[in-house]
Amino acid sequence: MMDAGRHQNLTLLAYSEVEHVTGYIGNFNVKIRKKARYVNEDECTACADCVESCPVSVPDEYQQGFSSRKAIYIQLPQAVPSAYLIDMDNCLGNNPIACGKCKDACEKECIDFDMQDEIIDIEVGAIIVAAGMDVYDPSEMDEFGYRSYENVITSMEFERLICAGGPTEGHFVRPTDYKLPKRISFIQCVGSRSSKNGNKYCSNICCMNTIKDTLLLKDHYPDVQSKVFYIDIRAFGKGFEDLFMRSKESGVQYIRGIPGDVWEDPKTKNLLLSVEDTTIGKVQVHESDLVVLSVGVEPRKDMKKLQHLLTLSNSVDGFLLESHPKLKPVDAPTRGIFYAGCVESPKDIKDSVTQASAAAARASIILNAGKVEIEAITAIIDTDKCNYCGVCARVCPYNAITAPDRKSGVYPTIIQAACAGCGTCASECVQDAITMRHFKDDQIIAQVDAILEENNMDKIVAFACNWCSYAGGDLAGTSRLQYPTNVRLIRTMCSGRVDEKFIIHAFKKGAPLVLLSGCHFADCHYISAVTWTQRRVERLWNKLERLGIRPERLQLEWISAAEGQKFAKVMRELEEMRKKVTDKEVKETMEILAKDEEKAKAKKAKQAAAG
Amino acid sequence: MEDEKLRIGVFVCDCGLNIAGTVDCEAVAKFAETLDDVEAVVRNKYTCADPGQNEIKKAIAEHKLNRVVVASCTPKIHEPTFRQCVADAGLNPYLFEMANLREQCSWVHQDEKEKATEKAKDLVKSAVARSRVLEPQIESEVAVTKAALVIGGGMAGIQAALDLADAGHKVYLVEKEPSIGGIMAALDKTYPTMDCSI
Repeated sequence: MMDAGRHQNLTLLAYSEVEHVTGYIGNFNVKIRKKARYVNEDECTACADCVESCPVSVPDEYQQGFSSRKAIYIQLPQAVPSAYLIDMDNCLGNNPIACGKCKDACEKECIDFDMQDEIIDIEVGAIIVAAGMDVYDPSEMDEFGYRSYENVITSMEFERLICAGGPTEGHFVRPTDYKLPKRISFIQCVGSRSSKNGNKYCSNICCMNTIKDTLLLKDHYPDVQSKVFYIDIRAFGKGFEDLFMRSKESGVQYIRGIPGDVWEDPKTKNLLLSVEDTTIGKVQVHESDLVVLSVGVEPRKDMKKLQHLLTLSNSVDGFLLESHPKLKPVDAPTRGIFYAGCVESPKDIKDSVTQASAAAARASIILNAGKVEIEAITAIIDTDKCNYCGVCARVCPYNAITAPDRKSGVYPTIIQAACAGCGTCASECVQDAITMRHFKDDQIIAQVDAILEENNMDKIVAFACNWCSYAGGDLAGTSRLQYPTNVRLIRTMCSGRVDEKFIIHAFKKGAPLVLLSGCHFADCHYISAVTWTQRRVERLWNKLERLGIRPERLQLEWISAAEGQKFAKVMRELEEMRKKVTDKEVKETMEILAKDEEKAKAKKAKQAAAG
Repeated sequence: MEDEKLRIGVFVCDCGLNIAGTVDCEAVAKFAETLDDVEAVVRNKYTCADPGQNEIKKAIAEHKLNRVVVASCTPKIHEPTFRQCVADAGLNPYLFEMANLREQCSWVHQDEKEKATEKAKDLVKSAVARSRVLEPQIESEVAVTKAALVIGGGMAGIQAALDLADAGHKVYLVEKEPSIGGIMAALDKTYPTMDCSI
């Protein structure tokens, strides 16, 4: 912490928030709001003279509310920057009648009630997101009596109570009588691994944290008896099993089973835990002086705001989605942005440090190179065809397209460095003004034509996105999963590239069945492009129905890179569907579409004549 | 480029027995010869190996090929290999196309050799059709601002910022709270070392 405060290459902006980010890899423009502290950060020596004069006391968040702080305060004794600030929500204000005492007490005259927020604009080439996580709050569901009984605390509160810098200076006491609890029960997986309360995932850190807590108690108070109620103990890291064994050998009891009920003895304020020990299949009641809930972690409450700020998406668990879960675990899907720590998934200090160093190394690659290569698979716009509708700018998941302005004649522009090449804009542009390089309309249509030129009735035309569905097909291959030979895959970078006209063209050329497959919503490699795919397909289903073509002949599937089994299953199901499509039906479809095309042409000609 | 006559080379890979064990590669190669604009067809045991790549380079020079189609495995493995190979031979790497005869054909249709061979022909035909309309592409470069932003001053943010700063880069570390340290700063001791968190 101290190093970060004094490194010459590092500008520390504490009590600050990123408000706006624009740009792309290598060239991000960032607007930061540095909030007013009302205390001059550079001059303050943290002497604490001001504190004594402040008449306002509020619960101290850092001490988990176990003690109080003043309206002028320092977050923690070792704070970096080591400077006080005024909590204006609670301060009485600089009014001679009301207060202003701190200002008088500060000999160095660091206090400035007129201080304003400062807006700082910076330019950077890479961004590391290390915004962290939230600790699970068991109060909402009153889990294990957390809200009802004072002697039920969380593992975060435990930390403050056992810490020498805590409200009791490290003398471990329980809240009701300030006495050392002799029997302490830890309940694991609070807010984790549950489909009812909290989150379904394992929070990763809580088992080891409890093991650590039991060892600390043994170290400080050898007579204290600890019990740990658990589902499984997950001590998988280096040196973790040793700590677990040490804890067990020191006499800590590990009981497999999570209490079904916790209630308080109103006289003693002790807690009674009813639990089935699943190793012996018996329900027992354990009496404890204190219960510690081993709480999990969850995504930050302001995650959506952060995602919006940086155009990032989240995994199903709500943490930030990485570019690839195995091979690019530190990269965001947006180039030039990297993840470190719990913002990506729950992890302990060692893993956070490891990922942080990896993120720094990944960012260094860009910064050291001094230039970045922009892939040639990007969209380009032909402004002669553009009619300023702006749909391209709206659908771009990367904000890579600037919005047009019809009045002033400004066309949309595609920032090449920010374009990731999903092709959604090209598919959505009704004017066909956007060309997706290397995945142009004629390049894809050439494949459709080649497939359907002969024996069209036997073929299923399948569009598959590069990252998920095509990779799922590859996995089916490496797993040697057998399926019928009728499907012909056409690879696009993203399902977003699959234009309505490719599908219509396939039907026009006699395809009995067409599949469009992409990533699941949570794994879309182009953030939200897949949502546009779905809308497009829904639109197309309506159109097919209107034209009298069975919409089922266009199938939509989400297949991930890990779902080889699903890929093979879908291929088998498609073949069954294909068999049911008759020659007559296909011919009718071809006629309907030919007529529809004639009609559209005539309409266009009429419009051109009128216009 | 536009007016230049198309001269396509097709390279059919056996991949040992991975493809040739199911697909009749000789029949696929013969079929490729019948396709319009195909100037050269070469069959290889392993096209990705150096001898296979040399065949591609040789054929590009000999037949003045301006499109290359490799019918082998998934592009997710060897597309970069072959793009580099054709670039070394002086062809724009975007004038290269692959047909996936292994993951999406021979390995998934092991019991239907004839049908697999027919599918393989279709995949080659489709790749050749696409290759005809491919265009050369130039990868562009943009300059990089030599500074980094780290959002969040907890354990991870501090470490990332210090590493970047130590590497000589300008770093901005932005923390929402009045002090850096994050949740770690509220912990007493930490595992597995059982030492102080700050």
